[in-house]
Amino acid sequence: MSWTFFHKLGSPKWFYEISGKLLPWLALASVLLLAIGVVWGLFYAPEDYQQGNSFRIIYIHVPAAILAQSCYMMLAVAGIVGLVWRMKLADVALQCAAPIGAWMTFVALITGSIWGKPTWGTYWEWDARLTSMLILLFLYFGIIALRMAISNRDTAAKATAVMAIVGVVNIPIIKYSVDWWNTLHQPATFTMTEKPAMPPEMWLPLLVMVIAFYGLFALNLLLRMRLEVLRREYKARWVREILEKSS
Amino acid sequence: MRQMIWLLLKREWQLTWRRPGDLLNPLIFFAMVITLFPLAVGPEPQLLQRMASGIIWVAALLATLLSLDGLFRSDFEDGSLEQWVLSPHPLTLLVLVKVLHHWLMCGLLLVLLAPVLGLMLALPWSVMPTLCLTLLLGTAVLSLLGAIGAALTVGLKGSGSMLLALLILPLYIPVLILGTGAMDAALQGLPVLGYLLWLGCLALLALSLAPLAIAAGLRIGVSE
Amino acid sequence: MSNLPDVLAMGGHGVYVWSAYGITATVLILLFLPPILGKRRLVQAEARRRRREGM
Repeated sequence: MSWTFFHKLGSPKWFYEISGKLLPWLALASVLLLAIGVVWGLFYAPEDYQQGNSFRIIYIHVPAAILAQSCYMMLAVAGIVGLVWRMKLADVALQCAAPIGAWMTFVALITGSIWGKPTWGTYWEWDARLTSMLILLFLYFGIIALRMAISNRDTAAKATAVMAIVGVVNIPIIKYSVDWWNTLHQPATFTMTEKPAMPPEMWLPLLVMVIAFYGLFALNLLLRMRLEVLRREYKARWVREILEKSS
Repeated sequence: MRQMIWLLLKREWQLTWRRPGDLLNPLIFFAMVITLFPLAVGPEPQLLQRMASGIIWVAALLATLLSLDGLFRSDFEDGSLEQWVLSPHPLTLLVLVKVLHHWLMCGLLLVLLAPVLGLMLALPWSVMPTLCLTLLLGTAVLSLLGAIGAALTVGLKGSGSMLLALLILPLYIPVLILGTGAMDAALQGLPVLGYLLWLGCLALLALSLAPLAIAAGLRIGVSE
Repeated sequence: MSNLPDVLAMGGHGVYVWSAYGITATVLILLFLPPILGKRRLVQAEARRRRREGM
């Protein structure tokens, strides 16, 4: 079992080099998939029988929502790795991913809200999905605010790690209770995306968009992590050399 | 072990009585927030009754949050927190004692005050037992979860309480939903045992997991 | 794509679809700006430091 790989993973310099090689391919693939997905979803996918063309918002709402949730999971995993194995890189990941996740949640909420207007007639509806998304946004804000409030970097790292883990344990509980609350107060449940069967012409572009969003997330995360690593290891010689080469 | 727990409880009790404000302020806050609502939406009893359980629960949430801010702060400042972290006794046990004391001094008192305020919000007597039982279980969860936030923000100077609220309020939502759901059922004359059992589950879950997070937070805060 | 006005109108839902996609595009741009600009600023700061110390 190659523990050396795992320990190398903790080395910021190794991370910077490897991510540098990965970056161009990731960027190319993500942008390409995004372009394909957007064009397909906007122009070539069929419109929905009930919702017409506003249905096309699904091609950004669902990827953003999926990413918002996955990102929080990732925060918790990074938190655990950081606390258990004391890996600095895990904390860098947590620090950099949190704002991305928050923006994704924001996009999911806004697109969900915009989609709601032609579908339900209102810009906001306290349904289970949107409400859970809103609570998720608050959870993200909490982590970001906690990090900003603590000045000592190590303390901030550990505190946000604990908070991310606490959050992730609570998310299923919150989700269940919001779902249940929704059935109490709204007799009919209109689920935006759970149609009985979406034909492939509709879910294939969705799949492309989801993968594209994941790619863009990874791309953005790597870019932010690389910058943060350069900032943190500023005094190291390899950082100085890289910065000199880049100018 | 039992003697140590008793000693700790006694110590917390004595400390609390030196600052009775810490005891009374959350209760007064609770009452005031509830009083704001009839002033804001009008005193019509039917409307108030519809909103009553929500108002009482939200006010209880906020009052508990406010009282939690200083939970560990005085111990942090005088160095006794560091002693706790370094002591051979399990930190989780010490933490549980602290939270138990907080619940007795805050949550329990809220439970005693709630029926009076509920009457002012046009709640019928029949739902008062449900109100008290759900609040009893709920405030236990609130104290446990809130202490996590208090531990994580213990070293912060300045606006720790606002950050505490930001961190903990999302976690309070399941308790809020269950508590008010039980009240709605009680108002309609439906059985509430199921809700109480669910609240009990949440309380047990919080009881077993929260101390770990609280202890972790305290260790982080002390090691700075 | 054959009929631009139709595409823009999106069967009456044009405002919604295009604003949703537009906001998302804006957010994506906003997401990628900080790391790119930040790196540039770091490189420039380093260059200035080198000049100051006469390396």
